[in-house]
Amino acid sequence: MTIEELEQIAKTVSQENEKYDFEVNVCMDLACVSQGADRLREALTKAAEASGKNVLVRRTGCMGPCSSGPLVRVDPEETLYSKVNAGHAEAIVSSLGGQPVPELQCDLNEHFDKQVRVVLENAGYIDPEKIDDYIVRDGYKALLTVLTEMTPNGVLHRISESGLRGRGGGGYPTGLKWGTVAKAAGDLKYVVCNGDEGDPGAFMDRSVMEGDPHRVIEGMAIAAYAVGASKGFIYVRAEYPVAVARLTTALREARRRGLLGNGICNTPFNFDVEIRLGAGAFVCGEETALIASIEGRRGTPRPRPPYPAVSGLFGKPTLINNVETFANVAPIIRNGGKWFANMGSERSKGTKVFALTGKIANTGLVEVPMGIKLREIIEEIGGGVPAGHTFKAVQTGGPSGGCIPAEMLDVGVSYDALVRLGSIMGSGGMIVMDDTSCMVNVARFFVEFCMTESCGKCIPCRAGTAQMYTLLTRICTGVGTMDDLELLVGLCETIKEASLCGLGMTAPNPVLSTLKYFRDEYIEHIEHKRCPAGVCNMEAPVEVVA
Amino acid sequence: MPAFTPPPLPSDDKRWKIVNGTMRKNGFARHALIETLHTVQSAFGYLDDDAIRFVARSLRVPLSQAYGVVTFYHYFCLKPPGRHTMTICAGTACYIKGADKLAAAAEKRLGIAQGQTTKDGGISLMKARCVGACSRAPVVLCDGEVAGEVTAEQMLEQLERWAVE
Repeated sequence: MTIEELEQIAKTVSQENEKYDFEVNVCMDLACVSQGADRLREALTKAAEASGKNVLVRRTGCMGPCSSGPLVRVDPEETLYSKVNAGHAEAIVSSLGGQPVPELQCDLNEHFDKQVRVVLENAGYIDPEKIDDYIVRDGYKALLTVLTEMTPNGVLHRISESGLRGRGGGGYPTGLKWGTVAKAAGDLKYVVCNGDEGDPGAFMDRSVMEGDPHRVIEGMAIAAYAVGASKGFIYVRAEYPVAVARLTTALREARRRGLLGNGICNTPFNFDVEIRLGAGAFVCGEETALIASIEGRRGTPRPRPPYPAVSGLFGKPTLINNVETFANVAPIIRNGGKWFANMGSERSKGTKVFALTGKIANTGLVEVPMGIKLREIIEEIGGGVPAGHTFKAVQTGGPSGGCIPAEMLDVGVSYDALVRLGSIMGSGGMIVMDDTSCMVNVARFFVEFCMTESCGKCIPCRAGTAQMYTLLTRICTGVGTMDDLELLVGLCETIKEASLCGLGMTAPNPVLSTLKYFRDEYIEHIEHKRCPAGVCNMEAPVEVVA
Repeated sequence: MPAFTPPPLPSDDKRWKIVNGTMRKNGFARHALIETLHTVQSAFGYLDDDAIRFVARSLRVPLSQAYGVVTFYHYFCLKPPGRHTMTICAGTACYIKGADKLAAAAEKRLGIAQGQTTKDGGISLMKARCVGACSRAPVVLCDGEVAGEVTAEQMLEQLERWAVE
């Protein structure tokens, strides 16, 4: 495959698409499918055939506002329909060329206006199982440009210039990481994509892998060229069967087109990717644990250094990046590092995809420029907390993150600002809680999660999370004392300082952040044996977990 | 040193050939352990002692290590699943939207704890860490099919339908 051939494909396919007068795009992401989007698509296809109109019915990835699903968008008019079911198919098809169906039309302008789509630029516009759809939207152009016109150093420079930081949560500068792997000695190097989205309550990576799998593969291939790797692995959660299927199809198609394999684009560059399934262990999001898991072992982390960049998978230099990080690579190459660096805030560049869920009107996926205020995301894009309830906190960063209260909502989203608030950016889960959530119980929920997910290798995490859970259970059942609270705080500090990996080091965050902002709720539980939100059952017998 | 010959298949069940296929594709390398266990579980529904022994021997992995891997990862299941499986998502969004109440209702109805199967082998009640359908929380999986914004009544109705089958 050469750039000319790629452009030829793009031209042929867009001519092919122009034959259609209308495109009816059906969102086939998990949330929409769970509401009958597959039946809807069949009905639309049938209705389109019967109507004799020139209509292309396309299956796409996540369009974003899942709470309005199943979603259908009619192009070229860009009419968005929400809560569509199979029964509406005929009305939609017969409206083509005339007035839109008024009862299905939705006004989500406020939802979309503040968003900037880089990672999700193709979501809702391409069929994830058709490589040609991706190629039409400039897919693989970045890879072929890199291979024919740029040196590995040039690629590194462009990524560094963009200011891209790891989207998995840590926020390590991507250019720096790539540079370290590129400098590492050795003929055999690996590129690993971390798709083990373990944070419960986050689904950005799932949607990217399902909705635009080629973007991830292209990003990995560009990274491989830059660091000198020839083999890649995508580590995906087994709980995401659709993502696995779509990636498998995408890899096959890319190989068939000569975009993976030996001598890509008639250059000496060889690269291929294999999928490895995770098996349900949160700790495998930690890079050394992930490596152990790909090697077929228990996913336990090991002390660093040596860092994976020097000695990683099978002892070779390994580059590990998250799905969303790789998804940002192709646009940066196409549009330049400066273009990317112009978006976002001082030290956090570009955009970030968040999975907005919980007690909020518009749940779903949103992509916003870094630096945007939390309030804008929640109140304007998310539509605020549904009527009758009041906002209490927003949780970011999952079990490693913290709860941010209403008075902090005017803070701009960036890696550093969220850390200052006692939370973290994390992979992008954003869960809104209202007055029906008990913050002590929320802390206990996360600590229970970390307790069951602790791999057991180091004592601070293994025993510490269990003790935290016991103390929080005491408080939640009305037998806690102020001494327990003091013990809890001390324990948090120890676990933070002494744990081996990120799981343990961040496990106290949900407790510390709720203690910082909602201390009165803890006190209320302890002194008055009362749960202000009415969640905790204060008469329940204490269950102490060994 | 003589070349390694993998052990014979445990039985003439055709599914073992699929399992062997995964191992062959990976050149019987040790790092294929998790991949192979996934194949066994998707073919048989769970991992029993014979399967773990066979895979360990074929890949020349110590049995203790294979068992260690099986028990480390939540996804692997050592007991056969029931005819139907109700999985309740325990992700954060589902928790916030009251998944714990769903779990309590199902446990009460079936008389078993999450992670168990009813005595007649009819229904397994499982817990998922997060299936990624958070925007439609609370979510349950009825035999793997995602259902969103589920109420306790809807879930109990489904359990009733399964119970009378």
